[in-house]
Amino acid sequence: MELSTVSNKNIPEEEGRRPKEIIQYIVIRLGDEQYGIDIRNIDTITRMQHITRVPKMPAYLKGVINLRGVVIPVMSIRLRMDLPADEITKATRIIVLKLEQEGNIGFIVDEVKEVVSLDTEDIEKLADTSKDGKANLINAVGKHNGELISLFDLSAISLEG
Amino acid sequence: MDVSQYLEIFLDETKEHLQNLNTRILELESDPENTDTINEIFRAAHSLKGMAGTMGYKRMQTLTHDMENVFSEVRNGAIKVKPEMIDVLFQCLDALEEYTDNIQNTADEGTNDNEPLIKKLNEILKGGGEAPKAEESKAAESKAAESAASDAPQGQTERKWDAIPLDSTQISVIREAQNQGKKVYGINVKVQEGCILKAARAFLVFKAVEELAEIIVSDPNAQDVEDEKFDRDFTLIVLSDAPVGDIIKAAENVSEIEQVTGDVLSLEDNHTAEVEEAQSSQEPESPAPAPAAEEKEPSEPKPQPQAASAQAPAKPAQAPAAPAKQPEGKKQAVSKPVVNRTVRVDIEKLDSLMNLVSELIIAKNSLVAASSQEQVSAANNNGFNEQIEYLESVTTNLHESVMKVRMVPIESVVSKFPRMIRDLSKKLDKKMELYMTGEETELDRTVVDEIGDPLMHLLRNSADHGLESAEVRAERGKPAVGSIFLDAYQDGNNVVIEVRDDGNGIDVEAVRNKAIERGTITPEQAVNMTDKEIIDLLFLPSFSTAKQVTDVSGRGVGLDVVRSKIESLSGEVEVKSKLGEGSVWTIRLPLTLAIIQALMVVVGDEKYAISLGSIQTLEDIPPSDIKLVQNKEVINLRGTVIPLIRLNKVLDVESKRSEDENLIVVIVKKGDKMAGLVIDELIGQQEIVIKTLGKYIKQCKFISGATILGDGEIALILDANALI
Repeated sequence: MELSTVSNKNIPEEEGRRPKEIIQYIVIRLGDEQYGIDIRNIDTITRMQHITRVPKMPAYLKGVINLRGVVIPVMSIRLRMDLPADEITKATRIIVLKLEQEGNIGFIVDEVKEVVSLDTEDIEKLADTSKDGKANLINAVGKHNGELISLFDLSAISLEG
Repeated sequence: MDVSQYLEIFLDETKEHLQNLNTRILELESDPENTDTINEIFRAAHSLKGMAGTMGYKRMQTLTHDMENVFSEVRNGAIKVKPEMIDVLFQCLDALEEYTDNIQNTADEGTNDNEPLIKKLNEILKGGGEAPKAEESKAAESKAAESAASDAPQGQTERKWDAIPLDSTQISVIREAQNQGKKVYGINVKVQEGCILKAARAFLVFKAVEELAEIIVSDPNAQDVEDEKFDRDFTLIVLSDAPVGDIIKAAENVSEIEQVTGDVLSLEDNHTAEVEEAQSSQEPESPAPAPAAEEKEPSEPKPQPQAASAQAPAKPAQAPAAPAKQPEGKKQAVSKPVVNRTVRVDIEKLDSLMNLVSELIIAKNSLVAASSQEQVSAANNNGFNEQIEYLESVTTNLHESVMKVRMVPIESVVSKFPRMIRDLSKKLDKKMELYMTGEETELDRTVVDEIGDPLMHLLRNSADHGLESAEVRAERGKPAVGSIFLDAYQDGNNVVIEVRDDGNGIDVEAVRNKAIERGTITPEQAVNMTDKEIIDLLFLPSFSTAKQVTDVSGRGVGLDVVRSKIESLSGEVEVKSKLGEGSVWTIRLPLTLAIIQALMVVVGDEKYAISLGSIQTLEDIPPSDIKLVQNKEVINLRGTVIPLIRLNKVLDVESKRSEDENLIVVIVKKGDKMAGLVIDELIGQQEIVIKTLGKYIKQCKFISGATILGDGEIALILDANALI
């Protein structure tokens, strides 16, 4: 967590001094949009598997999975962002993130596309618009080959979980 | 020498010694004349000093040194034990604890010199030293001029150094040295039983001795000693200008050295070896060693018991009758506490072992699952099944042994309580006594580490709120000294710890009024609540009935913390109380945390596990037996009315069973309360490994964890206690 916050938040200041810092992102697809997750926060990517429901949880917390003997909670990032519910296809994956405070957590994504390297110059930080809304999971946008990639602010995810 | 690698051992030992000192000084307070206790105290203080010195903690060493001086005077009868002195000593122990904490946190003892304490100690020394002097000298008069307070008569041991074969070169070296006016001593060093780093201790002894003397022979030889190839003692022959007493002292300053004996060595043709006046006791003359030994042995048929007095700056006892001074104390000192033969293992290593066992059990479960599916297919399944059964028994045994390794007696936690009660007694100005039983009851290490605070809270509660003031007690015809009991015992798969007092008990009406006043409950609710329910309100956050907030308790942060702590350990806490007669707080904790026996059930199409510990019976109930009481479903089971909980509703799933089918009901019990959990289907009993759900999923009260089944699927564990 620390890492990504640092790399994201310090970008404006660091632009002048170290313009060549490169961060790798895993690009995932949710519906028609592309999102990027800092590769340093990713533990594993696994195929969709049976998720055991946990009662009395918010809808976006789908339940838990068994990943090599460890019980890991799984979150629907779509429901979390008020998008239509997940459609499970062959391309659906669970991305397991390692977060410093809360341990590991899995995200259901429609597809994992590729790894891109983004220069800090290609990343544009978004203004922190709505503190209360769920929209501010995204705190920056990266440009890669003419396409836009929304970058997750993982600290926001962990705070609300 | 780099001592940092011994830091952990140092800390462990220091804590042990401090605890020991705490206990013993308490004993001393109630029985000031007990020489056994005094000796034990002295020994512990001395070891502490030595250890602190070795590790280079000067302030700690100074303080312990001054404490040791006081103990030494007490032991010699020069000072009488007085209450003020005990207070000062306890303050010293607190200061030492502070040093230890500092060392643990920062590897440095801190900068507090504790001068006021040292001053007080010295005052005790000065103040007490005079009057009893006469007595002491009388006692000492019996033999020789034993005036030096620190003189501990040291028993004779076998003069092992006489048995060392010397070759001609060595003899010539010895002769040479003698001609130069140096003395030749034989030194025998005995390491404490259960010492962990014998070689390291021996090394420190070698080093200490070498500062004063030249080691010419070592038996076993130095290399073997370094490789720990010796039993419990080793013998040195040294050349030195210093008196033998100094060398012995130096060696004894190394901790975990039980005894050091030494004397002038005599070569066969050197019977007339002059015996120097090494002893500060200044005995007018000492007999030549060899004859002395012969002389002594008949008079002391058992020289070995004397060995236990490792404390004192020992002297080779030249005066055979010197032991007469404290014959009683000496004999008692022999019965040292039995030291557990233990290996210190990092808890993390045990955790990883435990995880492996867990994995093994999961693997076993999946084998069992696989075998039951394929059973029909092959006839040669018999062998397969046998092997699985074998594996099953092995994993169960393995699990049990690993659990046992993790078990420690709760003694390590509760032994600090007598001291605490004593302090509370003074602070609150109430007379009270703590009685403890079952200190040997064992619990998982992680539980034992956590249980201290809640217990302390309950004890403080009893002392502060529970016990009445002396006047009230007298009015009620109770003994002036209040009693608090701490009882621990095992009960099936649980360990029960009870804190009892014969004090006032809980004033239910006061709690009721307080609750209404605070708006916790409405007056209407209050009328309908049973006493038990009212008492349960005490466990709510920030609920204190104490009229006055004291230092000890009454800030309302106590009982809710106790409860949440105990519940985080999967335990429960209950209270029974009778106004005017006292209260009983009962803590019930599971023996093991990681692996439990559970009943697997199906609700809807989901599998759940219920801990067998809370299950009473399984019942098959026809729907017609269900009655409604206050619009809630209950059943009348053999005369007991039990509320029903439909799990499918609690868990938000559709039941698969139709309305008119018989219900499968799991009867669970929590304390006196029972409930019937309605499930859809039974799978059976299984050993399950508890996994946490992670921090994301903690809101759910009645799910206490998850487990991985044989097929890799996850089943959630229902906490029946939270459902009732």
